[in-house]
Amino acid sequence: MGFSEIYSQLPVEALVRQSEDTSAATVDDVLARGSARNLREFAALISPAAQDRLEALAARSQSVTQRHFGKVIRLFAPIYLSNECVNICTYCGFSRNNPIPRITLPVEQVVEEVGKLARQGFRSILVVAGEHPKYVSNGYVEEVVRRCLDTVPGIALELGPLETATYRPMVAAGCESLVVYQETYHKPTYTALHTAGPKKNYEWRMDTPERAYAAGFRRLGIGALFGLHDWRYEALSVAAHARHLLQHCWKAQISISIPRMRPAAGGFQPDPQYFMNDRALVQLIAAFRLLLPHAGIVLSTREHPTLRNGLVRLGVTHMSAGASTEPGGYSSFDETTWTQTKADQPGEQFHIADERSPATIAEMIRAQGYEPVWKDFDQSLVSGKA
Amino acid sequence: MSGTLGTEPLRIAGREFPSRLLIGTGKFASNEIMRDACAASGSGLVTVALKRASLRGEDPFADILNFLDPERYLVLANTAGAMDADEAVRIARLAAAAGLPKWIKLEIHPDPNYLLPDPIETLKAAEILVDEGFTVLPYINADPVLAARLQDVGCATVMPLGSPIGSNRGLETEAQIRIIIEQARVPVVVDAGIGAPSHAAAAMELGADAVLVNTAIAVASDPVRMARAFALAVESGRAAYETGLAGTADQAVATSPLTSFLG
Repeated sequence: MGFSEIYSQLPVEALVRQSEDTSAATVDDVLARGSARNLREFAALISPAAQDRLEALAARSQSVTQRHFGKVIRLFAPIYLSNECVNICTYCGFSRNNPIPRITLPVEQVVEEVGKLARQGFRSILVVAGEHPKYVSNGYVEEVVRRCLDTVPGIALELGPLETATYRPMVAAGCESLVVYQETYHKPTYTALHTAGPKKNYEWRMDTPERAYAAGFRRLGIGALFGLHDWRYEALSVAAHARHLLQHCWKAQISISIPRMRPAAGGFQPDPQYFMNDRALVQLIAAFRLLLPHAGIVLSTREHPTLRNGLVRLGVTHMSAGASTEPGGYSSFDETTWTQTKADQPGEQFHIADERSPATIAEMIRAQGYEPVWKDFDQSLVSGKA
Repeated sequence: MSGTLGTEPLRIAGREFPSRLLIGTGKFASNEIMRDACAASGSGLVTVALKRASLRGEDPFADILNFLDPERYLVLANTAGAMDADEAVRIARLAAAAGLPKWIKLEIHPDPNYLLPDPIETLKAAEILVDEGFTVLPYINADPVLAARLQDVGCATVMPLGSPIGSNRGLETEAQIRIIIEQARVPVVVDAGIGAPSHAAAAMELGADAVLVNTAIAVASDPVRMARAFALAVESGRAAYETGLAGTADQAVATSPLTSFLG
């Protein structure tokens, strides 16, 4: 049974209410044990009552994270291949009805940009593309992967959901990891925001990580876009999804992203009632860590520098740096300062908040007493001829 | 003789090591701290995950090997990241091709969460690698039969876990480790779960030949000092084992011996 079927039976609303009604004594009980054993205890840790225990939560999260992952932060950079997309998603800059310049990078340009990222230090990249059966298809992704592996040893993909049979050649080409966010787990909201295109299929998207696992991906990334619906609802859903994957995709490393909505082309304005503030984000990272001690937690450049600096020591394991969310965006980066030389970036998916260079981010991580790790996987160790 | 207590040196596959403490190099806050902690430990054998190192020549962004003096340490590549025997064999070959010693710490953990070793794949890979001339040090669950099978195929040590990697929970598998030590024909290295110097000392008192420690040193607030603390614990535990601990008694010894009537 896929997760979408199991999830449809999960009493998420009741868990949210339970979270909102949690007493301080219950929070203290869970904190005293040092871990959340189930979704009910996780609900207690993300409760309003637990906000008064933020320091204790953070301390526990730090200690568990250090034990399992060490004092290290793994760095990666996204590279956008294409902003062509057949979907209409009201919050996304790539939405097909947004009048932005559309581009799909030729493979040679991808290779050049990845070379540029590699010179900044990156040995792990996340290849991102919009969902388009004409442009992002027919072996294009596999070709990109094969060529980029000459330069970087670890490649993850973030694409529109595909069939297991379509993923297999991508794994064979050397992809380690697949990332797919459900965006929102709240089905009425999902339906309202995804008005056209194959992305309308909520269950198909939700079962993507399992199809990817069947195709042989070694790491699976999931998450929700925080800001589309109640954050506790999304958090409980992501937690349930991660636990399901840990049981059913037991050979895969699971990672969680907690992206918060950013301004994007199309003028989407998130509903302020669903805004998750910084304190809640910290609380949620710690709660995930106490429920899922081995899960990777990914922090992107969507967040502002002060917050990113603070989160290095609180439970995050992976950070992106120096990112452009525009296909071809790195082509106009100055390699010395790692700054964008173009006046504007009309084709970007969203505008990032932390524009510091990779070297600056690495130095910031070191200053916090952590090691910035650029390389933690090597595809050549696990496939091809030896 | 090694250390101040004059304990017997550790020998693995004919090579002598200055300490019975072996060090893992992951999880440190910097390569400089890792280097200093290894030095403070007095160890002569350190393990490195090949996935962290560059396989394409010098790379300032993947230069962990530059921090480990091959004159001072046997740099033991491990196969971390391998999910089956084929991948582990491949990593071992690449390590040798990269110029590392033809020694390999064989670890195959398909479960990326608890990193528990796969016994079937480990045995398969061990057979292949021993045949290819590698000195094989396999990381295993504390399973005496598997330990015996691995010795049968020619492994140079067996490395049973005390408790899961990174758990710092000590010798939860003590009863099984005792059997492995009793039956061992090669050095027994307790690997994983050693969270405190007292755990390391306890393993040595049981008769383990060495312990491998990583997390407890790497994430300590002062890894260099903690490395030294482990070194002392390992040495004192070994000295106690060599000397022989006084037996323990469940009840007081009778003041009037029960067999006094025998005269």
